[in-house]
Amino acid sequence: MQEPILSLKNIVYSFKTYGGTVKAVRDVSFDVRPGEILGIVGESGCGKSVTAQCIMRLNPEPPGFFEGGEILYKGKDVLKMNKKELRDFRAKEIGFVFQDPMTSLNPTMRVGAQIEEVFLGHTDVSKQEVKEKTLEILKLVGISDAEKRYRQYPHELSGGMKQRVMIAIALVSRPSVIICDEPTTSLDVTIEAQILELLLELREKLGTSIIMITHDLGVIAKICDRVVVMYGGKIMERGTADEIYYETAHPYTRGLMDSIARLDTAKDQELKPIDGTPPDLFSPPAGCPFAARCENCMAICNELPPEEYRFSEEHSTACWLQHEMAPDTPFRRPLMKGKEKD
Amino acid sequence: MAKYIIKRVIAAILTLLVLVTIVFFLVRLMPGEPFTNPKLTPDVAANLRKYYGFDKPLIVQYFQYMGNLLRGDFGYSMHYTNKTVNYIIGQTFPFSADLGIRALCLAISFGLILGILAARKRGTKIDFFCVMVAIIGTSMPDFIIGACLQYFFGIKWGLFPVAKYQGFQYTVLPACALSFYTLAHVSRIMRASMLEVTSQDYIKTARSKGLSEVRITAKHQIRNAIMPVMTILGPTVAAVLTGTFVIEAIFAIPGMGKYYVESVSNNDYSMTLGMTVFYGIFLVFCNLIVDILYGIADPRVRIGKR
Amino acid sequence: MAEFKQEQFIIQGKNTEKMESISRPALSFWQDAWRRLRKNRTAFIGLCILTLYVLMAIFAPMLSRYSYTAMDSDAMNQAPSALHWLGTDATGRDQWVRVWMGARVSLAIGLFTAVINMCVGAVIGGLCGYYGGKLDMIVMRIVDILYGIPSLIITILVMMVLGKGVAPLIVALCVVGWIGTCRFVRGEVYRLKEQEFVMAARVLGVPDFTIILRHIIPNIIGMLVTNLCMSIPGAIFQEAFLSYIGLGIAPPNCSWGVLAKEGIAYLRIYPHEIFWPAFFICTTMLALNLLGDGLRDALDPKLRGTE
Repeated sequence: MQEPILSLKNIVYSFKTYGGTVKAVRDVSFDVRPGEILGIVGESGCGKSVTAQCIMRLNPEPPGFFEGGEILYKGKDVLKMNKKELRDFRAKEIGFVFQDPMTSLNPTMRVGAQIEEVFLGHTDVSKQEVKEKTLEILKLVGISDAEKRYRQYPHELSGGMKQRVMIAIALVSRPSVIICDEPTTSLDVTIEAQILELLLELREKLGTSIIMITHDLGVIAKICDRVVVMYGGKIMERGTADEIYYETAHPYTRGLMDSIARLDTAKDQELKPIDGTPPDLFSPPAGCPFAARCENCMAICNELPPEEYRFSEEHSTACWLQHEMAPDTPFRRPLMKGKEKD
Repeated sequence: MAKYIIKRVIAAILTLLVLVTIVFFLVRLMPGEPFTNPKLTPDVAANLRKYYGFDKPLIVQYFQYMGNLLRGDFGYSMHYTNKTVNYIIGQTFPFSADLGIRALCLAISFGLILGILAARKRGTKIDFFCVMVAIIGTSMPDFIIGACLQYFFGIKWGLFPVAKYQGFQYTVLPACALSFYTLAHVSRIMRASMLEVTSQDYIKTARSKGLSEVRITAKHQIRNAIMPVMTILGPTVAAVLTGTFVIEAIFAIPGMGKYYVESVSNNDYSMTLGMTVFYGIFLVFCNLIVDILYGIADPRVRIGKR
Repeated sequence: MAEFKQEQFIIQGKNTEKMESISRPALSFWQDAWRRLRKNRTAFIGLCILTLYVLMAIFAPMLSRYSYTAMDSDAMNQAPSALHWLGTDATGRDQWVRVWMGARVSLAIGLFTAVINMCVGAVIGGLCGYYGGKLDMIVMRIVDILYGIPSLIITILVMMVLGKGVAPLIVALCVVGWIGTCRFVRGEVYRLKEQEFVMAARVLGVPDFTIILRHIIPNIIGMLVTNLCMSIPGAIFQEAFLSYIGLGIAPPNCSWGVLAKEGIAYLRIYPHEIFWPAFFICTTMLALNLLGDGLRDALDPKLRGTE
């Protein structure tokens, strides 16, 4: 196994509001390896965006704050960086593509200037070189007529084009990791396919690791190597994309898959939505966050947070159904020998 | 851009036309007439009326007036005999303009600074101070501020001259009094707008680029936050202008506002009409400039997407 | 594994009660607004001051033994004393009574002007925004042109035509005052009309009237109330200004603007005569501004449930 380039260890992130503290991320750990595409999937409000943004510390602080954990990037803890280090880290090492390209570009600045800004104060190359790099990246993200686009304002571009510019901003300093927070949610389907294709291609060319935040399992299936399934601020299941799809071990993951309409879903076959709403994170349940909505809920699920059960190097889940005393369900998988639990 | 400017100019001309028409007919609707001085014999009054063209039908007077206006002629004052309205405006407007420009510069620069400072230091004592200045400023009519400043700085402590307008010290108190309300207003809008912009996604993008906070504030926040302030610049100029009416009266400045108020009480039709039209043209012109500036500042406006 | 018991591992299935549970209490719009307004201390102080002033304006002149018109040549320009609580003016009239009589006029003008402007503006703007089409185009052209005309000039001229008095003043302030509200309401209604929930209601065949009542009005009422509260100071300001330049209220009636004008005339000799009208104008403005700020925060649907 390769050394991870970025690893999150036991991150707990909360927001202070008038009603109390919202525990948005509760004890989340995962690794990102060089050159891989890691998917983080979950429904709205499960903490996936907060997790992604806290890697670069982009959440507004206050009201947000870390209650614990560490984020190691190439062995260095992001949470302990001073302002200058953090800025260098944001500029050179990691890029972020936001969900809505319509509002994520500054309307009063030309596209080129917005991309070139990344180099501001972080490099000593000449203006000419910066411009060359910018034009090059514009071409790389598939923007034709780069010279012209360079001088245009964001409102003169289409949605897909803007998202390409966002990707260009994230990539221009050749970071080792880019985080894409639902990059295709606000685009239509054909553009979505193009953008995903582009991300795959860029990974090939540049060897960048990509963290892909999405609620769309289709996107995951298309491009991700490994997947983390989040719910209620916790990780429910993780594994390679194949493992998650074909050896699903958590009822929530199953529920997510069953609630998508697919081309091969027969007409008379009903979609199975997951009933109910995610738990209120003001007072998160003591046991498994999914317990209340789970068809296979047991008494213990409401009492204790589940342990993590490991099936392979990559695949593991946090669900009591894997416990030896639990009844047999379709979710039962053989545990990995010698490493039943972490 | 050219298309945008032409559109604004046409709109401004239309506005002026309507303005002049409304003002003309409203002035003629006024009760009382200028030649009611008991010293005037009916004969003389009738002659005067004839001289000023008041015996002709209203519509004829209207077109005559419009024709004169096009030549830049506002007519004679009926109160200050033998003086044209143009002459009086020429004599008095420089004072008002000087005072107004000083006040505007004060108001906009300090208003923006306070607003930006308050937003950057949100929730701190600095913010509280700026917000208090803004609220107090918008709560005091300018004649009260004027009176206060005059009483304390002029009469009680003798720091500045109390009245007249003959040098820099003379301008301090009236300019401050005139600017205070606008200053408060600008700082309030700037603060709100800065806070609004702070939560925009592109600020997060800027942060993700690893820019320094100073750069983010200067290039991304202020540039976008200043748009709403520009939209109130037009009304702001108007507010300062009305302010001159009372401030000039309080500080005995021989500006246009003072004469305007006088002409109203003297029933000096042509003077009121002339000055009103002059104010109107001036303000419409200011609005036009603001509109064009706005178009330059915000690229989205130019092509009509707002 | 001694700590686990077998009965803990029996499948119970979904817990329908728990899965929809939301621990925060549901509040209605006005309840939530009221809760937030009360929490906002400055806004609440503003509300208290206003209530006090309104009550004083109604009752103080009735309970005083002086009349606001009665002159007293033995008691001119007196400083505040036990006899005349706020002193007397140049003709010996009791300032306490005059200040509260002035409050009646000033507050009434502020309130009526703001309400009339809001109603006219909201109706015209709402109709234009909702129905659109030719009517909208024509009205908006007119509004755009009127908007470019400095409102004060029109107000002054209308005052000159109508003469002094409370009613002419309100009319003069309303002639162009509705335009701001009209533009803003039109914009809001236009925006709301395009939104999915209105579209949905339309597709369901809900009549226009019901859509306006159930979907449009609840969404702009908060902003309208805030707008109303913010435009009262403007109206009081203009009244004071017009009275100051001699176009407002006819004597012997008085308003705070008239009192301030009279006071400024004696600024050098009797500064207390300007102090009281200035004090009441400023505190009223302050109270209204604070309340307006509070209302804006309390009524903004986007800010619901936050601090």
